[in-house]
Amino acid sequence: MNKAEILVIDDEAEMLRLLEITLESNDFKVTKAMRAKEGLILAANHPPDLIILDLGLPDEHGHVVLEKLREWYSKPVIILSVQNNEADIVKALDNGANDYLVKPFRTGELLARIRSALRGTSADQMEEQIENNGLHINLELRVVKKNNETVKLTTTEYSLLALLAKNGGKVLTHHYLLQQVWGPGFQDQTQYLRVFIAQLRKKIEDDPNNPDFIITESGVGYRFTGKE
Amino acid sequence: MVACVCYALSDYIGYHVTALLLLVTVSFIAMFCDIFPVLLAAILSALIWDVFFIPPRFSFTIASPEDALLLALYFFIASVNGALTYKIRQVEKVALKKEEKENTLKLYNTLLNSLSHELKTPIATIIGSTDNLLTHSSKLTEENKKELLSEISKASIRLNRQVENLLNMSRIESGFLQLKKDWVDVSELIYDVVNRLKDYTKEHPVGIIIKDGLPLFKLDYVIMEQVLYNLVYNAIIYIPKYCVISVRASFLNGRLVIDVEDSGAGFPPGETERVFDKFYRLKDSKTGGTGLGLSIVKGFVESHNGTVQLENMPEGGAKFTIEIETEVSFPSSLKNE
Repeated sequence: MNKAEILVIDDEAEMLRLLEITLESNDFKVTKAMRAKEGLILAANHPPDLIILDLGLPDEHGHVVLEKLREWYSKPVIILSVQNNEADIVKALDNGANDYLVKPFRTGELLARIRSALRGTSADQMEEQIENNGLHINLELRVVKKNNETVKLTTTEYSLLALLAKNGGKVLTHHYLLQQVWGPGFQDQTQYLRVFIAQLRKKIEDDPNNPDFIITESGVGYRFTGKE
Repeated sequence: MVACVCYALSDYIGYHVTALLLLVTVSFIAMFCDIFPVLLAAILSALIWDVFFIPPRFSFTIASPEDALLLALYFFIASVNGALTYKIRQVEKVALKKEEKENTLKLYNTLLNSLSHELKTPIATIIGSTDNLLTHSSKLTEENKKELLSEISKASIRLNRQVENLLNMSRIESGFLQLKKDWVDVSELIYDVVNRLKDYTKEHPVGIIIKDGLPLFKLDYVIMEQVLYNLVYNAIIYIPKYCVISVRASFLNGRLVIDVEDSGAGFPPGETERVFDKFYRLKDSKTGGTGLGLSIVKGFVESHNGTVQLENMPEGGAKFTIEIETEVSFPSSLKNE
């Protein structure tokens, strides 16, 4: 397999160097940009397989860069953000970012997110079956099995689980989940989401209070853990 | 008013006594009012005395030259008296301000001491360890290197926590903290926090008791997560190993009630009020805290218009109780799809 190319756009030299070392030692090819403009030019001239974008760039805000990228770039973008900025993260995810990481982050976590995002794009044709640690979801037959036993789900529970599982490893915002499962007009009805996530966890998790499959992303949304 | 009383008694007391009584009144006003009301009172009382008491009464005219002199003296004494009393008060005010300033300075020094210690310790560890790794690499065994790296990792996590605390504190103090309230499943919230602390919960088991049928509450998830994290973490670092911590949530009298109880030694009597003060630390407490954790808890709970209280349990241990009144939604009304 060819080395996947990653473009990192971040204005801090130390952060760039850290990411370069981490990514190169894990067999990725890295290009770097310290300014938004430079990053956009690099991306346009030689589109990478994935972009890591810092939101706090000096010449242009990351949100604007993301918007410009999304006009033509369809591959994964992972956002880097500083702490206590859920609103920023939600905005970036709703604007087409695939995932986010909060600084300071663990490099292991970063690599897992990158692999998960890259896997999402390589499997272009929709998978019909999702298998994850004893949980089996057949998207064609709309059947869910836990340890080979069929789990009875309501239509809404199934739609929610299928949506999360199809986007395995990726965090989906509350708004997005509500809009996709319940429809437009329900984006702010988070009470539905809380209730159905709790029900779903009771049915598919070994310990609903310490979930393995559906992970809470505080103030942002939920993530279905991808297979590692 | 005093003039009225004197007027009623004018048959019994002479107008000289009235003057003295009015003088006392003016001095009394000077103890509480600004300079202008005091001067006004001096002038008014002089006029009242002149019109109502000095013979001939009910006119501005003054019969004897002695009374004219008395009036002039009265006015002079009332003014000087008022002005002096006012001045004394000014001096007192300045002294009070100075004391306040000194208290702030004292707090500021406590802050600096606490901060420089809590920030510099991990920084010193990082600098020392990296220095060692960079310059003496060949002399170090693999095991030593690993140990140094693990120290660097621990120190940076600690540093990160301190900075996070400071940022949270300044968010509260800025007065611009805006809550992003949304429906929260409190059970999810509590388990989420305890799962995040799982590195510690092996040695400090945490029991969670959630009342059945708890509704959803409108809260800021991230802020409340920080509140519970700080409370449970605080219990973990200050109580002996293998002491149990329990977290309970219930819906009582229209309020969300969450309590975090530990089976440690409790707080010294008389200190339960002060623990929420900024930079307050128990005298013999271990290092590792900034004295900010519980003030952040208080600030964040109050931003939800809630209260947090600490009590020592009769059987030992301490219990923090949070009460928040907020919108609720009962899931049963949402079940039908």
